[in-house]
Amino acid sequence: MAIEVRIPTILRTYTDGAKAVDAKGATLEELIGDLESRHPGLQARLVDQGALRRFVNVYLNDEDVRFLGGLETPVADGDTVTVLPAVAGGSR
Amino acid sequence: MRFDSLIDSVGRTPLVGLPRLSPSEDVRIWAKLEDRNPTGSIKDRPALWMIEQAEKDGLLTPGCTILEPTSGNTGISLAMSARLKGYRLICVMPENTSEERRQLLRMWGAEIISSPAAGGSNEAVRVAKGLAAENPSWVMLYQYGNPANWRSHYETTGPEILEDLPSVTHFVAGLGTTGTLMGVGRFLRERVPGVRIVAAEPRYGELVYGLRNVDEGFIPELYDPEVLTTRFSVSSGDALRRTRELLAAEGIFAGVSTGAALHAALGMAAKAVKAGERADIVFVVADGGWKYLSTGAYEGTLDEAEERLEGQLWA
Repeated sequence: MAIEVRIPTILRTYTDGAKAVDAKGATLEELIGDLESRHPGLQARLVDQGALRRFVNVYLNDEDVRFLGGLETPVADGDTVTVLPAVAGGSR
Repeated sequence: MRFDSLIDSVGRTPLVGLPRLSPSEDVRIWAKLEDRNPTGSIKDRPALWMIEQAEKDGLLTPGCTILEPTSGNTGISLAMSARLKGYRLICVMPENTSEERRQLLRMWGAEIISSPAAGGSNEAVRVAKGLAAENPSWVMLYQYGNPANWRSHYETTGPEILEDLPSVTHFVAGLGTTGTLMGVGRFLRERVPGVRIVAAEPRYGELVYGLRNVDEGFIPELYDPEVLTTRFSVSSGDALRRTRELLAAEGIFAGVSTGAALHAALGMAAKAVKAGERADIVFVVADGGWKYLSTGAYEGTLDEAEERLEGQLWA
Protein backbone atom coordinates (compact mmCIF):
# COMPACT_ATOMS: atom_id res chain seq x y z
CA MET A 1 0.00 0.00 0.00
CA ALA A 2 1.14 3.52 -0.65
CA ILE A 3 -0.08 7.06 -0.11
CA GLU A 4 -2.23 8.59 -2.82
CA VAL A 5 -1.35 12.15 -3.79
CA ARG A 6 -3.98 14.10 -5.72
CA ILE A 7 -2.54 16.63 -8.12
CA PRO A 8 -4.36 19.82 -9.23
CA THR A 9 -4.79 20.52 -12.95
CA ILE A 10 -2.09 23.20 -13.06
CA LEU A 11 0.57 20.78 -11.76
CA ARG A 12 -0.37 17.77 -13.92
CA THR A 13 2.27 18.73 -16.47
CA TYR A 14 4.70 17.16 -13.98
CA THR A 15 2.72 13.92 -13.69
CA ASP A 16 2.03 13.28 -17.39
CA GLY A 17 -1.51 14.41 -16.84
CA ALA A 18 -2.21 12.01 -13.97
CA LYS A 19 -4.82 13.25 -11.47
CA ALA A 20 -3.33 11.14 -8.68
CA VAL A 21 0.02 9.46 -8.12
CA ASP A 22 1.34 7.13 -5.43
CA ALA A 23 4.25 8.01 -3.17
CA LYS A 24 6.05 6.79 -0.07
CA GLY A 25 7.44 8.43 3.06
CA ALA A 26 6.99 8.81 6.81
CA THR A 27 6.42 12.56 6.68
CA LEU A 28 5.01 14.99 4.14
CA GLU A 29 8.55 16.18 3.42
CA GLU A 30 9.74 12.64 2.62
CA LEU A 31 6.64 12.08 0.52
CA ILE A 32 7.35 15.18 -1.58
CA GLY A 33 11.00 14.06 -1.91
CA ASP A 34 9.82 10.68 -3.18
CA LEU A 35 7.50 12.40 -5.68
CA GLU A 36 10.39 14.52 -6.93
CA SER A 37 12.41 11.39 -7.78
CA ARG A 38 9.78 10.35 -10.32
CA HIS A 39 8.27 13.72 -11.23
CA PRO A 40 11.19 16.16 -11.35
CA GLY A 41 10.26 19.80 -10.81
CA LEU A 42 7.21 19.13 -8.65
CA GLN A 43 9.03 19.68 -5.36
CA ALA A 44 9.98 23.25 -6.26
CA ARG A 45 6.34 24.04 -7.01
CA LEU A 46 5.30 22.89 -3.53
CA VAL A 47 8.20 23.80 -1.26
CA ASP A 48 10.29 26.94 -0.97
CA GLN A 49 13.12 27.41 1.53
CA GLY A 50 12.09 24.47 3.66
CA ALA A 51 8.40 25.41 3.97
CA LEU A 52 5.22 24.91 1.97
CA ARG A 53 4.79 27.60 -0.63
CA ARG A 54 2.35 30.33 0.28
CA PHE A 55 0.07 29.71 -2.67
CA VAL A 56 -0.22 25.97 -2.17
CA ASN A 57 -2.58 24.22 0.21
CA VAL A 58 -1.89 20.62 1.17
CA TYR A 59 -4.47 18.45 2.91
CA LEU A 60 -3.88 15.15 4.68
CA ASN A 61 -7.16 13.20 4.57
CA ASP A 62 -8.80 16.57 3.83
CA GLU A 63 -7.21 18.25 6.89
CA ASP A 64 -5.06 21.35 6.27
CA VAL A 65 -1.45 20.36 7.08
CA ARG A 66 -0.72 23.92 8.21
CA PHE A 67 -2.82 23.09 11.28
CA LEU A 68 -1.06 19.71 11.71
CA GLY A 69 2.71 19.85 11.44
CA GLY A 70 3.43 21.44 8.08
CA LEU A 71 6.13 19.51 6.19
CA GLU A 72 6.88 17.46 9.33
CA THR A 73 3.33 16.08 9.42
CA PRO A 74 3.51 12.27 9.72
CA VAL A 75 1.86 10.32 6.92
CA ALA A 76 1.03 6.64 6.72
CA ASP A 77 -0.03 4.01 4.19
CA GLY A 78 -3.66 4.43 3.21
CA ASP A 79 -3.63 8.20 3.71
CA THR A 80 -4.69 10.57 0.95
CA VAL A 81 -2.81 13.80 0.34
CA THR A 82 -4.53 16.50 -1.72
CA VAL A 83 -2.63 19.41 -3.25
CA LEU A 84 -4.64 22.51 -4.19
CA PRO A 85 -3.68 25.93 -5.45
CA ALA A 86 -4.68 28.76 -3.10
CA VAL A 87 -5.28 32.13 -4.66
CA ALA A 88 -4.67 34.06 -1.46
CA GLY A 89 -2.26 31.58 0.06
CA GLY A 90 -2.39 30.00 3.47
CA SER A 91 -4.82 32.03 5.48
CA ARG A 92 -3.82 30.96 8.93
CA MET B 1 -42.75 24.79 25.08
CA ARG B 2 -44.64 28.05 24.82
CA PHE B 3 -43.40 31.35 23.36
CA ASP B 4 -44.90 34.82 23.01
CA SER B 5 -44.06 35.01 19.30
CA LEU B 6 -42.17 33.16 16.58
CA ILE B 7 -39.10 35.33 17.14
CA ASP B 8 -38.99 34.25 20.78
CA SER B 9 -38.74 30.61 19.73
CA VAL B 10 -35.30 30.94 18.09
CA GLY B 11 -32.68 28.51 19.48
CA ARG B 12 -32.92 25.72 22.10
CA THR B 13 -32.52 23.16 19.34
CA PRO B 14 -32.17 19.41 19.98
CA LEU B 15 -28.79 17.67 20.22
CA VAL B 16 -29.17 14.11 18.97
CA GLY B 17 -26.76 11.20 19.03
CA LEU B 18 -25.77 9.28 15.91
CA PRO B 19 -25.58 5.68 17.18
CA ARG B 20 -24.99 4.19 13.72
CA LEU B 21 -22.38 6.61 12.43
CA SER B 22 -20.45 6.87 15.71
CA PRO B 23 -17.43 4.54 15.52
CA SER B 24 -17.61 3.23 19.11
CA GLU B 25 -19.06 3.66 22.61
CA ASP B 26 -16.11 5.91 23.46
CA VAL B 27 -16.12 7.98 20.30
CA ARG B 28 -19.55 9.44 19.78
CA ILE B 29 -20.94 11.90 17.26
CA TRP B 30 -23.80 14.27 18.00
CA ALA B 31 -25.85 16.43 15.65
CA LYS B 32 -27.05 19.90 16.69
CA LEU B 33 -30.27 20.24 14.73
CA GLU B 34 -30.26 23.88 13.73
CA ASP B 35 -32.84 23.21 11.04
CA ARG B 36 -35.34 23.23 13.91
CA ASN B 37 -35.21 27.03 14.09
CA PRO B 38 -38.25 29.07 12.92
CA THR B 39 -37.10 29.57 9.32
CA GLY B 40 -35.24 26.27 9.17
CA SER B 41 -31.60 27.25 9.59
CA ILE B 42 -28.93 28.24 12.11
CA LYS B 43 -29.00 31.76 10.67
CA ASP B 44 -32.08 32.66 12.71
CA ARG B 45 -29.71 33.16 15.64
CA PRO B 46 -27.27 35.72 14.15
CA ALA B 47 -30.03 37.42 12.13
CA LEU B 48 -32.10 38.12 15.23
CA TRP B 49 -29.08 39.20 17.29
CA MET B 50 -27.82 41.54 14.56
CA ILE B 51 -31.24 43.18 14.22
CA GLU B 52 -31.75 43.57 17.95
CA GLN B 53 -28.24 44.94 18.46
CA ALA B 54 -28.86 47.51 15.68
CA GLU B 55 -32.13 48.46 17.39
CA LYS B 56 -30.32 48.90 20.72
CA ASP B 57 -27.67 51.03 19.00
CA GLY B 58 -30.38 53.23 17.47
CA LEU B 59 -29.33 52.33 13.90
CA LEU B 60 -32.59 50.59 13.07
CA THR B 61 -35.87 52.39 13.57
CA PRO B 62 -39.33 51.36 12.31
CA GLY B 63 -39.63 51.67 8.52
CA CYS B 64 -35.86 51.38 7.93
CA THR B 65 -34.42 49.45 4.96
CA ILE B 66 -32.00 46.62 5.72
CA LEU B 67 -29.47 45.56 3.04
CA GLU B 68 -27.52 42.30 3.26
CA PRO B 69 -25.22 40.19 1.04
CA THR B 70 -26.38 36.62 1.55
CA SER B 71 -26.40 33.34 -0.33
CA GLY B 72 -29.74 32.52 1.21
CA ASN B 73 -30.23 31.42 4.79
CA THR B 74 -29.29 34.68 6.50
CA GLY B 75 -31.56 36.51 4.08
CA ILE B 76 -34.47 34.18 4.84
CA SER B 77 -33.93 34.66 8.59
CA LEU B 78 -33.66 38.43 8.22
CA ALA B 79 -36.76 38.45 6.02
CA MET B 80 -38.83 36.74 8.70
CA SER B 81 -37.61 39.08 11.46
CA ALA B 82 -37.92 42.14 9.20
CA ARG B 83 -41.51 41.24 8.34
CA LEU B 84 -42.49 40.84 11.99
CA LYS B 85 -40.65 44.00 13.04
CA GLY B 86 -41.69 46.19 10.11
CA TYR B 87 -38.48 46.68 8.13
CA ARG B 88 -37.91 46.57 4.38
CA LEU B 89 -35.22 44.05 3.35
CA ILE B 90 -33.03 43.98 0.24
CA CYS B 91 -30.78 40.92 -0.27
CA VAL B 92 -27.81 40.78 -2.62
CA MET B 93 -27.24 37.17 -3.65
CA PRO B 94 -25.16 35.32 -6.26
CA GLU B 95 -27.30 34.34 -9.27
CA ASN B 96 -26.25 30.67 -8.95
CA THR B 97 -28.07 30.02 -5.66
CA SER B 98 -31.06 27.72 -5.62
CA GLU B 99 -34.53 28.78 -6.79
CA GLU B 100 -36.11 27.66 -3.51
CA ARG B 101 -34.11 30.29 -1.65
CA ARG B 102 -35.29 33.04 -3.97
CA GLN B 103 -38.93 31.98 -3.64
CA LEU B 104 -38.66 31.86 0.14
CA LEU B 105 -37.15 35.33 0.27
CA ARG B 106 -39.84 36.80 -1.96
CA MET B 107 -42.52 35.02 0.07
CA TRP B 108 -41.43 36.81 3.23
CA GLY B 109 -41.38 40.09 1.32
CA ALA B 110 -37.68 40.57 0.66
CA GLU B 111 -36.40 42.19 -2.54
CA ILE B 112 -33.52 40.44 -4.33
CA ILE B 113 -30.63 41.96 -6.26
CA SER B 114 -28.55 39.33 -8.10
CA SER B 115 -24.77 39.51 -8.26
CA PRO B 116 -22.72 37.67 -10.93
CA ALA B 117 -22.23 33.94 -10.31
CA ALA B 118 -18.55 34.13 -11.18
CA GLY B 119 -17.66 36.15 -8.11
CA GLY B 120 -19.69 34.07 -5.66
CA SER B 121 -20.22 35.38 -2.14
CA ASN B 122 -17.26 37.71 -2.52
CA GLU B 123 -18.96 39.51 -5.39
CA ALA B 124 -22.25 39.74 -3.45
CA VAL B 125 -20.35 41.43 -0.62
CA ARG B 126 -18.72 43.84 -3.08
CA VAL B 127 -22.06 44.74 -4.73
CA ALA B 128 -23.75 45.22 -1.35
CA LYS B 129 -20.96 47.48 -0.10
CA GLY B 130 -21.36 49.61 -3.23
CA LEU B 131 -25.14 49.88 -2.75
CA ALA B 132 -24.67 50.79 0.90
CA ALA B 133 -22.34 53.62 -0.09
CA GLU B 134 -24.88 54.94 -2.63
CA ASN B 135 -27.79 54.70 -0.16
CA PRO B 136 -26.57 56.01 3.18
CA SER B 137 -30.01 55.62 4.81
CA TRP B 138 -29.97 51.84 4.27
CA VAL B 139 -28.63 49.73 7.11
CA MET B 140 -26.23 46.94 6.18
CA LEU B 141 -25.99 44.51 9.09
CA TYR B 142 -23.05 42.80 7.36
CA GLN B 143 -22.91 39.29 8.81
CA TYR B 144 -19.22 38.84 7.85
CA GLY B 145 -18.06 41.60 10.16
CA ASN B 146 -20.86 42.14 12.70
CA PRO B 147 -19.79 41.01 16.21
CA ALA B 148 -23.46 40.31 17.03
CA ASN B 149 -23.14 37.34 14.63
CA TRP B 150 -20.55 35.49 16.73
CA ARG B 151 -22.03 36.82 19.99
CA SER B 152 -25.32 35.07 19.15
CA HIS B 153 -23.47 31.75 19.17
CA TYR B 154 -21.36 32.64 22.20
CA GLU B 155 -24.53 33.47 24.15
CA THR B 156 -26.88 30.75 22.89
CA THR B 157 -25.52 27.91 20.71
CA GLY B 158 -22.40 27.33 22.84
CA PRO B 159 -24.18 27.28 26.23
CA GLU B 160 -26.88 24.95 24.85
CA ILE B 161 -24.26 22.44 23.71
CA LEU B 162 -22.36 22.50 27.00
CA GLU B 163 -25.56 22.15 29.01
CA ASP B 164 -26.72 19.16 26.97
CA LEU B 165 -23.29 17.51 26.71
CA PRO B 166 -20.82 18.55 29.43
CA SER B 167 -18.40 15.89 28.16
CA VAL B 168 -18.06 17.58 24.72
CA THR B 169 -14.53 17.29 23.27
CA HIS B 170 -14.96 18.57 19.68
CA PHE B 171 -17.12 21.15 17.93
CA VAL B 172 -17.37 21.01 14.13
CA ALA B 173 -19.14 23.50 11.86
CA GLY B 174 -19.01 24.92 8.36
CA LEU B 175 -16.77 27.91 7.69
CA GLY B 176 -18.67 30.71 5.97
CA THR B 177 -19.00 33.98 7.85
CA THR B 178 -17.06 32.10 10.58
CA GLY B 179 -19.60 33.37 13.17
CA THR B 180 -20.67 29.93 14.41
CA LEU B 181 -17.10 28.69 14.90
CA MET B 182 -15.89 31.95 16.47
CA GLY B 183 -18.82 32.19 18.90
CA VAL B 184 -19.18 28.57 19.98
CA GLY B 185 -15.40 28.15 19.79
CA ARG B 186 -14.66 31.03 22.16
CA PHE B 187 -17.38 29.93 24.59
CA LEU B 188 -16.22 26.32 24.75
CA ARG B 189 -12.51 27.22 24.94
CA GLU B 190 -13.21 29.28 28.07
CA ARG B 191 -14.91 26.34 29.76
CA VAL B 192 -13.67 23.05 28.33
CA PRO B 193 -9.91 22.50 28.59
CA GLY B 194 -8.47 20.98 25.42
CA VAL B 195 -11.67 21.30 23.39
CA ARG B 196 -11.04 21.08 19.63
CA ILE B 197 -12.72 23.57 17.32
CA VAL B 198 -12.88 22.22 13.77
CA ALA B 199 -13.81 24.06 10.58
CA ALA B 200 -15.22 22.37 7.48
CA GLU B 201 -14.87 24.49 4.39
CA PRO B 202 -16.36 23.73 0.99
CA ARG B 203 -13.93 22.78 -1.78
CA TYR B 204 -15.64 23.69 -5.01
CA GLY B 205 -14.70 22.31 -8.40
CA GLU B 206 -12.35 24.24 -10.61
CA LEU B 207 -15.33 25.38 -12.69
CA VAL B 208 -16.54 27.52 -9.82
CA TYR B 209 -13.17 28.98 -9.08
CA GLY B 210 -13.51 32.02 -6.92
CA LEU B 211 -16.40 30.97 -4.75
CA ARG B 212 -14.71 30.02 -1.54
CA ASN B 213 -14.93 32.62 1.16
CA VAL B 214 -11.69 32.44 3.03
CA ASP B 215 -9.16 31.25 0.49
CA GLU B 216 -10.05 33.47 -2.41
CA GLY B 217 -8.76 36.72 -1.05
CA PHE B 218 -11.76 37.53 1.09
CA ILE B 219 -11.35 36.80 4.76
CA PRO B 220 -14.41 37.69 6.87
CA GLU B 221 -13.57 40.35 9.44
CA LEU B 222 -14.91 38.02 12.15
CA TYR B 223 -12.33 35.30 11.39
CA ASP B 224 -9.67 34.67 14.03
CA PRO B 225 -7.62 31.54 13.16
CA GLU B 226 -6.49 31.26 16.82
CA VAL B 227 -9.96 30.03 17.76
CA LEU B 228 -9.65 27.02 15.43
CA THR B 229 -7.81 23.78 16.17
CA THR B 230 -7.87 22.64 12.56
CA ARG B 231 -9.53 23.03 9.18
CA PHE B 232 -10.92 20.49 6.72
CA SER B 233 -11.45 21.11 3.03
CA VAL B 234 -14.36 18.99 1.81
CA SER B 235 -15.08 18.24 -1.85
CA SER B 236 -18.60 18.40 -3.27
CA GLY B 237 -18.50 14.61 -3.74
CA ASP B 238 -17.64 13.91 -0.10
CA ALA B 239 -20.19 16.44 1.14
CA LEU B 240 -22.91 14.79 -0.96
CA ARG B 241 -21.89 11.27 0.12
CA ARG B 242 -22.03 12.19 3.80
CA THR B 243 -25.35 14.03 3.39
CA ARG B 244 -26.81 10.81 2.01
CA GLU B 245 -25.19 8.66 4.71
CA LEU B 246 -26.71 10.89 7.39
CA LEU B 247 -30.15 10.30 5.88
CA ALA B 248 -29.68 6.58 5.25
CA ALA B 249 -28.08 5.68 8.58
CA GLU B 250 -29.65 8.13 11.00
CA GLY B 251 -32.74 9.45 9.24
CA ILE B 252 -31.60 13.07 9.26
CA PHE B 253 -32.53 15.02 6.12
CA ALA B 254 -29.96 17.81 5.93
CA GLY B 255 -28.56 20.30 3.44
CA VAL B 256 -25.31 19.62 1.60
CA SER B 257 -23.12 21.83 3.80
CA THR B 258 -24.07 19.57 6.71
CA GLY B 259 -22.51 16.67 4.83
CA ALA B 260 -19.24 18.63 4.77
CA ALA B 261 -19.39 19.18 8.55
CA LEU B 262 -20.16 15.48 9.09
CA HIS B 263 -17.19 14.54 6.89
CA ALA B 264 -14.88 16.58 9.13
CA ALA B 265 -16.55 15.16 12.27
CA LEU B 266 -15.95 11.61 11.01
CA GLY B 267 -12.34 12.55 10.20
CA MET B 268 -11.79 13.70 13.79
CA ALA B 269 -13.61 10.59 15.08
CA ALA B 270 -11.26 8.33 13.11
CA LYS B 271 -8.27 10.15 14.59
CA ALA B 272 -9.65 9.74 18.12
CA VAL B 273 -10.18 6.02 17.57
CA LYS B 274 -6.63 5.65 16.23
CA ALA B 275 -5.21 7.54 19.22
CA GLY B 276 -7.33 5.54 21.68
CA GLU B 277 -8.97 8.72 23.00
CA ARG B 278 -12.52 9.26 24.24
CA ALA B 279 -14.46 11.79 22.18
CA ASP B 280 -17.87 13.47 22.11
CA ILE B 281 -17.99 15.27 18.79
CA VAL B 282 -20.74 17.81 18.13
CA PHE B 283 -21.36 18.97 14.56
CA VAL B 284 -23.86 21.45 13.22
CA VAL B 285 -26.77 20.55 10.98
CA ALA B 286 -27.03 24.06 9.53
CA ASP B 287 -30.27 23.47 7.64
CA GLY B 288 -32.57 20.81 6.22
CA GLY B 289 -32.43 19.47 2.67
CA TRP B 290 -35.65 21.10 1.48
CA LYS B 291 -34.06 24.10 -0.18
CA TYR B 292 -31.70 21.90 -2.20
CA LEU B 293 -34.16 19.44 -3.76
CA SER B 294 -33.99 21.24 -7.10
CA THR B 295 -30.20 20.79 -7.21
CA GLY B 296 -30.73 17.04 -7.62
CA ALA B 297 -28.45 16.31 -4.66
CA TYR B 298 -30.64 13.50 -3.37
CA GLU B 299 -31.48 11.65 -6.59
CA GLY B 300 -29.63 9.22 -8.82
CA THR B 301 -26.07 8.08 -8.29
CA LEU B 302 -23.51 10.14 -6.39
CA ASP B 303 -21.62 10.86 -9.60
CA GLU B 304 -24.77 12.17 -11.27
CA ALA B 305 -25.60 14.32 -8.26
CA GLU B 306 -22.04 15.64 -8.12
CA GLU B 307 -22.21 16.59 -11.77
CA ARG B 308 -25.49 18.42 -11.24
CA LEU B 309 -24.02 20.26 -8.27
CA GLU B 310 -21.01 21.42 -10.30
CA GLY B 311 -21.13 25.17 -10.62
CA GLN B 312 -23.55 25.66 -7.72
CA LEU B 313 -22.92 27.12 -4.31
CA TRP B 314 -23.84 24.53 -1.71
CA ALA B 315 -22.53 26.18 1.45
